[in-house]
Amino acid sequence: MLLFMSPTTEWDTTVDGCSFEDWIRYDREMKDAGIWVSGYPLQDLTTCTTVQVGPDGDRTITDGPFAETREVLGGYDIIDVPDLDAAMEWAARSPGALGGGSVQVRPVAEIEVEV
Amino acid sequence: MAGQEAAVGSVEAVFREEHGRLLASLVHRFGDLDLAEEVASEAIEAALLHWPTDGVPSRPGAWLLTTARRRAVDRLRRDRVLATRLAVLQAEAERADPAPPADADRDLPDDRLALFFTCAHPALAAQDRGALTLRFLAGLTTTEVARAFLVPPATMAQRLVRAKRKIRDARIPFRVPGGDELPDRLPTVLQAVYSVFTEGYAASSGPDLQRIDLAEEAIRLARILRRLLPAEREVAGLLGLLLLVHARRNARTGPDGAMVLLDDQDRGRWDHPMIDEGRALVVIALTGPRPGPYGVQAAIAALHDEAADVTSTDWPQVVALYDVLLGMVPSPVVALNRAAAVAMRDGPDAGLALLDELADDPRLRGYHLYPATRADLLRRLGRYDEAAAAYRSALALVGTEPERAHLLRRLASVTAD
Repeated sequence: MLLFMSPTTEWDTTVDGCSFEDWIRYDREMKDAGIWVSGYPLQDLTTCTTVQVGPDGDRTITDGPFAETREVLGGYDIIDVPDLDAAMEWAARSPGALGGGSVQVRPVAEIEVEV
Repeated sequence: MAGQEAAVGSVEAVFREEHGRLLASLVHRFGDLDLAEEVASEAIEAALLHWPTDGVPSRPGAWLLTTARRRAVDRLRRDRVLATRLAVLQAEAERADPAPPADADRDLPDDRLALFFTCAHPALAAQDRGALTLRFLAGLTTTEVARAFLVPPATMAQRLVRAKRKIRDARIPFRVPGGDELPDRLPTVLQAVYSVFTEGYAASSGPDLQRIDLAEEAIRLARILRRLLPAEREVAGLLGLLLLVHARRNARTGPDGAMVLLDDQDRGRWDHPMIDEGRALVVIALTGPRPGPYGVQAAIAALHDEAADVTSTDWPQVVALYDVLLGMVPSPVVALNRAAAVAMRDGPDAGLALLDELADDPRLRGYHLYPATRADLLRRLGRYDEAAAAYRSALALVGTEPERAHLLRRLASVTAD
């Protein structure tokens, strides 16, 4: 899974080579390579709501993310590649790695459930 | 009885030589470091049991590999879930890199190069890469690796378990990077070997200044890399650097393990055949366009080793090489060494001016050689009070006993009435 993290101060998809067209092209490249499984961009931070449940079951609802958050998740893609090197290569090719953004590469956990 | 002891001794020798190769071969086949480690040690145990009575086989490495593979297959039969997962991994690995037919070569396949790149993968913490390399390629036990990096064995065991889990779960590949990736990947491998050497050459703390066994282990690893990557000039540069520095080991400490600086070393005690070997490697490392930082550092070490004494050292050339190195590696430690070389070429005042420019660099805060170098230049200028203050700063930061003793002696020399 590739998680596209953006600096909160620059929440703007047009900075430093991260244009909308770049994302469209990246999306097409992943699909053409046959590795793309699923993924979505996320709406910007102003639409975010945070839900927490305390030890006594009380719900706390907060508008937006925590104030101290420096990086926010802008979207994600799940890809099917053989190893970390291949995943790192796709992460490096994404516009999300440019302009102060970063891409986290996380393996999806395989949890075996008896059926 | 003597025959038995000889057999046990040869098992240990074989184990040392073959461990990395055996393990790499098993990882290549089964794609799992833990499984490879377990069956490798089972094969060693079997060898310890059988060889003393049956004799050492003519191809001990092949015997160990066959035994380990059988054990692995037995385990996989018992654990069908694991077997399914490994079968998929193995099929993927073979698709990517079809193995040559088993009887194509009389020699064992050498998969160690792939293991070097796995252990030093950039997705692993820098401090764990050297540890993994020592554990899996040099065949040191976890306790020995812990001693090498001066951490408690339990801490090292945890670090190795965590690193192995990352290799498995993040799917860090077991393969040699292609030609276009090699320039990016090779430096982390060289750095892992170099970090083993520097810990041996200049221990960061403890009673001893140097730990010869660790330095020699690093040289052994560098020699393996050199055989596996003969065309890479930086590998030649690294091996050359290690040999040219290690050649001074017997002169670096005096009686009782006291530290002897380069200026005062008895150059007759340097290992001259080792220096010759290192100098030949420097020529290889520097022949061609764009030499790398290890080649340049080796060239600097060669200039020191070639000189009859400190004053006849080619200081202008040393400074010129530091200029080149600083362009490649803009590190304050390189700048510090360059300042010391400038002081030898142009006098202590010139060196001191350069050191003052580095005074505010936060990366040198806590590095005892910065105040120690400053103190020596101030002492040479006769500015004893300032030198004493700088020696005291260095003493507050120094880690090993021989260096502490050396600094105390110097401090006494500038405070004596």
